[in-house]
Amino acid sequence: MLRAYSALLYLFLYGPIALIVVFSFNSGLSAADFQGFSLKWYAKVATNDLMLAALKTSFTVAFTSAALATIMGTMAALALQRVKGAVRALFDALIYIAIMVPGIVIGIATLIALVTTFDAVNAVLAQLWPGDAPPKLGMGYGSIIPAHTLFSMALVVVIVRARIAGMDRSLIEASMDLYADPWATFRQVTLPQLAPAILAGFLLSFTFSFDDFVVAFFVAGPLNTLPIYVFSSIRRGVTPEINAIGTAIMMFSLVMLFGAQLLLRRKSAPKGA
Amino acid sequence: MTAGAQAIAAVPVPARKQSGRWLTALLLAPSAVWFFVLLILPLIVVVVYSVGMRAPAGGYQAAFTFDNYLNLPARWAAFRNTLTLAPLGTLICLLAGYPLAYFLAVKCSAKWRMLLLILVIVPFWTSFLIRTYAWIFILGGRGIPALLESIGIEGVRLINTPFAVMCGIVYAYLPLMVFPIYVSLEKLDKRLLEASEDLGAGPAATFRQVTLPLSAPGIITGCMLVFILLMGEYLIPQMLGGGKVFFIGNALVDLFLQSLNWPYGSACAMALVIIMLVTVTLYLRATAATGGRRDASLI
Repeated sequence: MLRAYSALLYLFLYGPIALIVVFSFNSGLSAADFQGFSLKWYAKVATNDLMLAALKTSFTVAFTSAALATIMGTMAALALQRVKGAVRALFDALIYIAIMVPGIVIGIATLIALVTTFDAVNAVLAQLWPGDAPPKLGMGYGSIIPAHTLFSMALVVVIVRARIAGMDRSLIEASMDLYADPWATFRQVTLPQLAPAILAGFLLSFTFSFDDFVVAFFVAGPLNTLPIYVFSSIRRGVTPEINAIGTAIMMFSLVMLFGAQLLLRRKSAPKGA
Repeated sequence: MTAGAQAIAAVPVPARKQSGRWLTALLLAPSAVWFFVLLILPLIVVVVYSVGMRAPAGGYQAAFTFDNYLNLPARWAAFRNTLTLAPLGTLICLLAGYPLAYFLAVKCSAKWRMLLLILVIVPFWTSFLIRTYAWIFILGGRGIPALLESIGIEGVRLINTPFAVMCGIVYAYLPLMVFPIYVSLEKLDKRLLEASEDLGAGPAATFRQVTLPLSAPGIITGCMLVFILLMGEYLIPQMLGGGKVFFIGNALVDLFLQSLNWPYGSACAMALVIIMLVTVTLYLRATAATGGRRDASLI
């Protein structure tokens, strides 16, 4: 009975996804009755300039914010293992808040804080600028990338710290005993041990940013990320084109997921060095 | 990167202590700046705005008043929906997900376990938006209602109802519930189950007295994860509730982007965060008292 129930649950999990995939190959215009196999919606997606621009924006934002988050988060995790007391408690609290406060509140807070700051700065700029067209600060890459980096960075710190805690200290001591300088020890002993966690942090950050709608909705300004584009298309009506985009996005996530798995396996296989 | 080298590799030699402290500060500086500018400062702005007034043209006007908080009952429907549907959704996820986690951890053969587990997690990694959209497709006019009509049951409306929102919630968050429960059940020493059986306990008693208490950390983590995310939910009610079933998140979007009432919106946001903190704290207290482990980490 437990087996049958589990099978049903898998059907529940995969039925809707399968439906999207099947109907993305529908030759008919109606999203809801299948009229024959066709790739025409994929051809349409591939020539949809708005969608392609949104895809490019999403890639740029996801890659940049994940890279920033990975670097800053790893640095913080390395430093936090050697501090105690107030500093550590403060960072623990900050990470906790960054993860606990709902994305929608973070999005709103960032929006009003940035708009208020930009208004003030723009007023000053307009006063000081000698020409007719003073530069104006506004929402865009400069707001969405830092906002995504915030949450991702908290994630990276948590992941890398967990790995540091489980790390074999004796290897580091051995390396020091063998007269490796600190930098060499870091590069040859510590970094290889942390690599899987750092990579996992990067991929998780990338996925979060690539998939995020709520924060982007508030702070993207005039930019269209892929989720924002898909959201507004859905509002205009359900079309087979959305199914095709959805299928493509899901395929991409799958490739990322399995790529990450393979990388993590390979990286963690050779022990010691 | 030399910085990182010493941070981790440096043995605490007294001569290096001073440079080590600088190094730590240097490593922490970027994230500290980030946290301050993009988390603390914006949250302070929300607190300040929440006691302000709406400017005539929308936005914020400096003031010190608690009117926004006193007016919160005007959005009572959003709070009521969130505070009923979020716990209910968490509970349904738990009831639906526990048997699957149990099957994977205890009953499933080792050969299949890894594959089946990955299959639970994969949907969570695919687009949230697309997964929710799938339910518009299924519950919408030409989905299940059309099927029912063809067998003679007419006039069934599923989309834009609490039921539709609940479908979306369970569908989206089930993996997040199953995984932590699986992890805690997997760690459970199977010999304990045998011991319980040998001592004459029936399957129900074994489950109640051994399995369930030992999987408590997983249940706590899973419930926390799902509940926290549900409290701030916007997309699912927006897409499947059609403006009829709305959460605090939907009220916030309306207040900030449509009616431009930033001070009142800030008060709603504050109320949401406070309710969340209180509930989660109370929940952790209660579960710690009943034997749940305190280290039920969020991730």
